[in-house]
Amino acid sequence: MTYLRTFGGFKGEQIKVLTWALLIQAIVVVVIVSLLVLIGVLLRRSRRPATGLDRQPVQETGSGLSWIYIGVGISTIALIGSMIWNGYTMAAIDRPPRAPELTIEVRGHQWWWEVRYLSQDTSRIFETANEIHIPVGQPVEFRVSTVDVIHSFWIPALGDKIDLIPNQINSNWLEADSPGIYRGQCSEFCGQQHAHMGLVVVADKPADFQAWWDSQLQPAALPADQPQVAEGATQFVLRCGACHNIRGTQAGGRLGPNLSHLMSRKSVAAGTLPNNPAYLSGWIADPQTVKPGNLMPNLDLSGPELASIRTFLEAQK
Amino acid sequence: MAVGTYERAPTLERADYASPVASELETIWETKPGIGGWLSTVDHKELGIRYIATAFAFLILGGIEALVMRVQLARPNLSLLTPEQYNQIFSMHGITMIFLYAQPVLTGFSAYLFPLLLGTRDLAFPRLNAFSYWAYLAAGLFMYASFLVAAAPNDGWFNYAPYSLKTYNPGPNMDFYALGMILLGISTTAGAINFLVTVLRTRAPGMSINRLPILTWGTTTTSVGILLSMPAVTLACFMLWADRQFGTHFFDATARGQPLLWQHLFWIFAHPWVYIIVLPAMGIVSDALPIFCRRPLVGYTVVVLGTIATMVMGFGVWLHHMFATGIPFIALSFFSGASFVITIPSAVAVFAWVATIWTGRPVITTAFLFFAGFISMFVIGGVSGVMTASVAADRQLTDTYFVVAHIHYVLIGINLFPVIGGLFVWFPKMTGRMLNERLGKWSFWIILCGFNLAFLPMHWTGLAGMPRRIYTYQDGMGWNTVNLVTSIGAFFLALGILLVLINIFLSVRNGAVAGPNPWDGPTLEWVTPSPPPPYNFAVIPAVASRHPLWEDRLREGMGHSSVHRGLVLDDGKEMLATTVLDAEPDAILKMPEDSYSPLVVAVVMTAGFAGLLLHWWVFSGICAWLMFMGLLVWLWPEPKLGQSARWDR
Ligand code: HEM
Ligand SMILES: [Cu+2]
Repeated sequence: MTYLRTFGGFKGEQIKVLTWALLIQAIVVVVIVSLLVLIGVLLRRSRRPATGLDRQPVQETGSGLSWIYIGVGISTIALIGSMIWNGYTMAAIDRPPRAPELTIEVRGHQWWWEVRYLSQDTSRIFETANEIHIPVGQPVEFRVSTVDVIHSFWIPALGDKIDLIPNQINSNWLEADSPGIYRGQCSEFCGQQHAHMGLVVVADKPADFQAWWDSQLQPAALPADQPQVAEGATQFVLRCGACHNIRGTQAGGRLGPNLSHLMSRKSVAAGTLPNNPAYLSGWIADPQTVKPGNLMPNLDLSGPELASIRTFLEAQK
Repeated sequence: MAVGTYERAPTLERADYASPVASELETIWETKPGIGGWLSTVDHKELGIRYIATAFAFLILGGIEALVMRVQLARPNLSLLTPEQYNQIFSMHGITMIFLYAQPVLTGFSAYLFPLLLGTRDLAFPRLNAFSYWAYLAAGLFMYASFLVAAAPNDGWFNYAPYSLKTYNPGPNMDFYALGMILLGISTTAGAINFLVTVLRTRAPGMSINRLPILTWGTTTTSVGILLSMPAVTLACFMLWADRQFGTHFFDATARGQPLLWQHLFWIFAHPWVYIIVLPAMGIVSDALPIFCRRPLVGYTVVVLGTIATMVMGFGVWLHHMFATGIPFIALSFFSGASFVITIPSAVAVFAWVATIWTGRPVITTAFLFFAGFISMFVIGGVSGVMTASVAADRQLTDTYFVVAHIHYVLIGINLFPVIGGLFVWFPKMTGRMLNERLGKWSFWIILCGFNLAFLPMHWTGLAGMPRRIYTYQDGMGWNTVNLVTSIGAFFLALGILLVLINIFLSVRNGAVAGPNPWDGPTLEWVTPSPPPPYNFAVIPAVASRHPLWEDRLREGMGHSSVHRGLVLDDGKEMLATTVLDAEPDAILKMPEDSYSPLVVAVVMTAGFAGLLLHWWVFSGICAWLMFMGLLVWLWPEPKLGQSARWDR
């Protein structure tokens, strides 16, 4: 998650260079002042005792004010320089170089991310969770808010963070300059599972991105020839549907993450576990051990129920 | 009857600590022995030491919490603590260190030193001082009582709404925070008023404001800061409590309340607070470093002006804690700019200290080492602060471990280092015994190395993207090694602090006898015996320069300070009031006796707050009434507090 290397096109680059510059300036200042102290002490130290009669006498040796004039003078120049550079960078990255074509809404929940893709064409609007795909090489606008407490949306390798605040819609823009998987994490303390509120941004080539979007719009896979999947679908609606939603089924809950095309995602439980059948069923069987205090209850599923639900979910590619 | 009948001009006499005047004063000022005296004393020296000891006790508690956190974070995916336990512990660690250690320990130094530095006998309001202490102790215990019901505050020291509201936080955790902070605020406010009046009206004759020691400038400045900033947080905590208990909606977004209002109110208070907990510590260095450099501080006037400028500007940068909250561009740029500029006065102080070393002849004592090390740590905390002043950079840095590293350089570097250094300087004054220098130097090097081992790599953890306030992290993020190093460093740091405590423990009894002025310091506290008698000065000294005990050697000032010949004030407990700017003698103050009422008022007040916590409204009402009664007893007019002429002398 380091942001001393970024893949964020223009914006990430600007921030990275400024951060590096400030960091190097900081190190230089620390080294200079520490050396001044060290050399001063070594050069000027008195070998006489601190107490007693033959201690070093008191004397006023020069005013020493020129140290302050010179030191503060140089510091002020460096500070003003940094300030101007910062102001320039702030202005440069405040807006994207061209208007973003894609707007994504992100809403924070304790402890997962609701994601909604906006489009002029209402039939292309859809919801997903915890994993965001974006096309490479173009700025994307994020409009963020929260349904509960304050969170913060942060993808370090792409750019800066923005807080999710109740009753307020904040926006930020990000851009990825090369395809890849970029991890993010909530970075405003939001309660027990703040530590496990991760997310993933996948930057795709524009064509792949369109293909991904198209596939996300497909309804759930309910192959009639596979009875266990059909059984799983029924169980899912019954046991999970109050909180979760899968497009094309009766499960329409909104309290938990939307699980449409779950298997296309890289992780489950907001970046907590890798997404494979083993971890997935482990999670469904006992979410409170994996992520203590999270808002998905342990459901006490029987073995066959768990197996059929898992099979159904595995079909949601 | 002519007014003149009640006027009395004290005589000018020479009297040392062996004179009859001194023994008379001893009986007038001394505190009764035994537990009764201990509970009722108003002696600023006793209370100052108690403040420092209590603050150190909280430092130890907060330190234990820190070590527990560091064990939990040493490796990925550990589960020593549950998430909720971790959240309570990191919150109490922050609250303890910032509110119960860092500021009170400086209050302790000031309470102890003010009258001695200013050449007077006590703070302006001795009973209020006792009350401040008891209320501080009570507020600390009140907040820590939350652990007994496993419901400590769990939303960090800045406690953002709406997580702190009842919807998300149904237990009493946040009520302990809100009420405890109000309680502590009462203590802090009382202390600030006391310091202000003391410095304005009770300085020794001749101690004009350009002769004040820098520590008194620091505490005076921050006292003004406290009076101006404390109302914001008290109000915010009250609103929070009302939201939680009475269904008001100040911060409740579901009813059009404003969660961000909490952040504004909190930081309008808490950013100044950051300076409140460092400026007096910087004052300690500005006063004590020169003793070991064997010359006066370079640039007294600019350093004082810098102190004041920092405090003033400190009220104009609070938004830099909120750069990621979606503030409009213009506001962001203003607060970002201000945050850069506020560094300039700090640079003044840094170069003043460096110049003092270069133009002096430093004698390497433990205290000196802590002050010299402090300069470096100060600069590290300063430059990482400059990085976060930049909006563009800060929106990456904020809420990561980079900020955790930054606050620790500020708090340990700029508060704990000067405090330990100051302890080595004034411990002889307080106890009459020197701390052990050998052990002291060991503790310095262990603290310096442990501290940097723990916190320098933490900048890297933050730059590598680790958010703060997470109870664990996953493997493979590139954070494992740095966290392990950090945890090891934390234990070294703790060991160093432990050595200091052992040193104190051993030296109180067995340290070398100090004598009045072991370090050959320049200011008035070094005139008195160590430890000073309850009345501090046999006669009120008169001051003619900034360094009364060095002035002959420095050929400073026009006249001569007179420390053993001065006004005799021995008609009961008496102090001299002087004028605000020039410190001309103005009036004789009749000082109050020891009293239980400050303790009683503090206790019933705390009981009343406990009643509010428990919804025992009637009980709280009774406590309020008892508090009022206690105040009546406290303030009851007594004949001996009036001025009376004693013509028979
Ligand atoms: C042995 C010494 C110390 C260690 C190992 C230590 C370690 C830590 C750790 C691990 C955190 C929590 C980070 C997180 O979860 O986000 C923290 C936070 C903090 N520490 Fe310390 N600390 C030490 C001493 C101090 C001191 C002396 C002070 C102040 C005088 C202090 C002030 C703070 C503050 C204000 C926070 C922020 C709490 C919050 O996020 O609400 N610490 N420290
Ligand atoms: Cu969050």
